[in-house]
Amino acid sequence: MTPTPAPLGSRQVVTGKRQRPHYFTHAFLIVVSLIWFLPLGWAVYTSLRPYGDTGGNPRGYFSIGGAYNFNNFVNAWNQADLPLHFLQTALVVVPALILILTFSSMVAVAVSRYSFKFNLALLMLFTAGNLLPQQVVIVPLFRLYLALPMFAPLSDNGIWYDQLFGIVMIHLAFQLGFCTFVLSNYFKQIPKEINEAAFVDGASVWRTYRSVLLPLARPALAALATLEFTWIYNDFFWGILLLRTGDKFPVTSALNNLSGQFFTDNNLLAAGSLIVALPTLIVYFALQKHFVAGLTLGSTKG
Amino acid sequence: MSSSSVPYAPPAAAGGASPSTGRKRRKRFSLLTRRDKLTLGLMVGIPAFIHIFLIWLPTIGSIVLSFTSWNGIGGLDKIKFIGFKNYENLFSNYPPFWPAFENNLIWLGAFLLIATPLGMLMAVILDQNIKGTRIYQSVLYMPVVLSLAIVGFIAQLMYSPNMGFINNFLVAVTGDPKWTASGTAIDWLGTPGLNFAMVLIAAGWRHVGYVMVLYLAGLKSVDNTLREAAAIDGANARQTFFRVVFPVLAPINVVVLVVTIIESLRAFDIVYIINKGLNGLGLLSVLITNNILGEASLIGFGSAIAVILLLISIGPIIYYLARTMGREAE
Repeated sequence: MTPTPAPLGSRQVVTGKRQRPHYFTHAFLIVVSLIWFLPLGWAVYTSLRPYGDTGGNPRGYFSIGGAYNFNNFVNAWNQADLPLHFLQTALVVVPALILILTFSSMVAVAVSRYSFKFNLALLMLFTAGNLLPQQVVIVPLFRLYLALPMFAPLSDNGIWYDQLFGIVMIHLAFQLGFCTFVLSNYFKQIPKEINEAAFVDGASVWRTYRSVLLPLARPALAALATLEFTWIYNDFFWGILLLRTGDKFPVTSALNNLSGQFFTDNNLLAAGSLIVALPTLIVYFALQKHFVAGLTLGSTKG
Repeated sequence: MSSSSVPYAPPAAAGGASPSTGRKRRKRFSLLTRRDKLTLGLMVGIPAFIHIFLIWLPTIGSIVLSFTSWNGIGGLDKIKFIGFKNYENLFSNYPPFWPAFENNLIWLGAFLLIATPLGMLMAVILDQNIKGTRIYQSVLYMPVVLSLAIVGFIAQLMYSPNMGFINNFLVAVTGDPKWTASGTAIDWLGTPGLNFAMVLIAAGWRHVGYVMVLYLAGLKSVDNTLREAAAIDGANARQTFFRVVFPVLAPINVVVLVVTIIESLRAFDIVYIINKGLNGLGLLSVLITNNILGEASLIGFGSAIAVILLLISIGPIIYYLARTMGREAE
C-alpha cells in the first residue's frame, strides 16, 4: 500500500506499515456525520408524528411515543397544492435543460473546434456572466420583462413577466455560461483528427456537430444535466421576482407563500420540506457519480 | 497552428486576430462552405445574443439607472440624471445599507475562515483510505443538493423557540420547561445578531459539503509519488499537505475561493424565506430585491445598490478569468 498522509494535526509519522488504525479519525468522522445528518433526520422524525403528540403536548418534540404516520405528508401535499407546483417546476426544468444543453454545446463546439476571432473573448463573457450575482441585473431585467412582448402559447398576458417562459429564458441566459465553459473544456480533449475525418467525408459543420461531436460528449452532457436539474429545480429567486400569479410558482418558489401557513405547525413544515427536497435527493443518490462529475468537470479541468 | 489548413484550431490560435486584417486572415475559414460559416454563426450567435441581451444589457442598465431618479412610472423619457445622488443617499440616508453590507462581509468572513477550511479538512481526511469513506462523503454532501430555501425551512425545525429541536432538547436534558415556554425561550431566529449567526450555521452546513467535493476531486488528481517523495524526505503529514499538496491544488483553490465569494454575495433565499431579510438578517441582495418588489419602487436607488454589489464581485470574477483562461491564452 502506498503511504497515506495522517489526518491534519496528528503527529503520527507517515510510514505505511507502522500506521495504526484510524480510531481517532473514525470517531471524529462519526461525530461530524451525525451532526450533519441530524437536521434531516430530525425532519424525518418530526414529519412522521402528529402535531398533537408533540406541539400541544407536555412531552414536547424531543420525545418518543404517540402515533407515527404519514398524515403530515398527505396534508402538506394537499394543502399546499404541491401537485400543481410540481407541474410548474416540470414546465420550467424540462425546456430549460433541453435549451441550455443544446445551445451551450453549440457554442462550445464552435469555440473549441473551430478557429474564429472572438472565441476566447466570448468564453470569458459567458463565464463572467454566469458568475454575476443575480441581483446585479434584476432592476433593469424586471422592467425589460414588463416591456418585452411575447405571443400567445408562451405568454397569456402578452409580455415576459409572470410567465414560465420568462423563467426558462433567464435560466438559459445564466446557465449558458457555466455549461459552455465545461463543455468547451471537454471538447478540447477530443482529438482534432475526428473533425478532419468528418470533413474529409464531406460532413457539414452541422452534421459534424450533431452526429459526431455531440454523441462523444454524452458523459459530460449527462453530468451537466444532473447538476443543472438540481440547480434549476432549487431556484427560488427567479420565481419570486418574475412571477406574480401564485398558481404559476414552481415548487421551490412556492415555499415562500407556504411559509406563513406552515410555520405554525412544525410537523407539517417538516413533511412539506421533505416532499420538496425528495426529487433532488433521489437524483443525488441515483446519479451521484454524474453529479459530482458535473461539479468537478468545471473546476479541475479549467 | 494558424497556418493549418484544416478548419479548426484551438481558440488560443485565433485570439489575437483583428477583424479587418484582410483576405489572408480569412484563409483559416476557407475550407468551410458559406453554408457552414452561416451554421457556425448561428450556433454562436443565437446563444450569445440571449446571454448578452438578458445579462449584460441589464448589467449596463443597472449602471446607467443608478445615476438617475426613476420610479418606474412613465416611459423612459421620464428618466432624469442626478449624478451620484443615489450613492450619497445610500451611504448617508439609508439606515439598512451599512448593516446589510456588514452582514455580507460577515457572511464572507465566516465562509472563508470557517466553512471553507472545514470542507477542505474533511476532504483531506476522507481522501485517505478510510473504511466507509463513501458513506461519510454522502452524508456531508447531502445538504448541497437541497435548495437554500429548504435549508431555511429545516433551520426553522431546528431553531423554532417552542417547536424546534434545540429548545426541546434543552427541556429534555434539563427537565426545565422554561426553554420552550413563550417569554423565556431563546428565539434563535428572532433575536437580531443571534439570528444571523444561526443562519450562517445553516448556510455553512451546506457550504462545507460543496467545498469538500471540489477538494476531493482535486486531491484525487494529485500524483501520489509527490506524497511519497515528501515522506521519504522526512516531511510530516502537515508539511506534506501545506508544502506539497496544497500548492499543487492551486487551480482548485482558485475555484473554491471564487465560489465562496460569489455565493456569499448571492446569498438571498435563506434569509428571505426566514423573515424576508428583516430584523437583523438584511443582505445587499435583499435590499435590491425589496426596492423592486416593495411598495415604493425606487429604480435608480435599487440600481445603485446593485452597482455596489457588481463592484464587489467584479474583482473575484476577473481574478478567476485571469487564472483559468489566462493560461489558455498563452
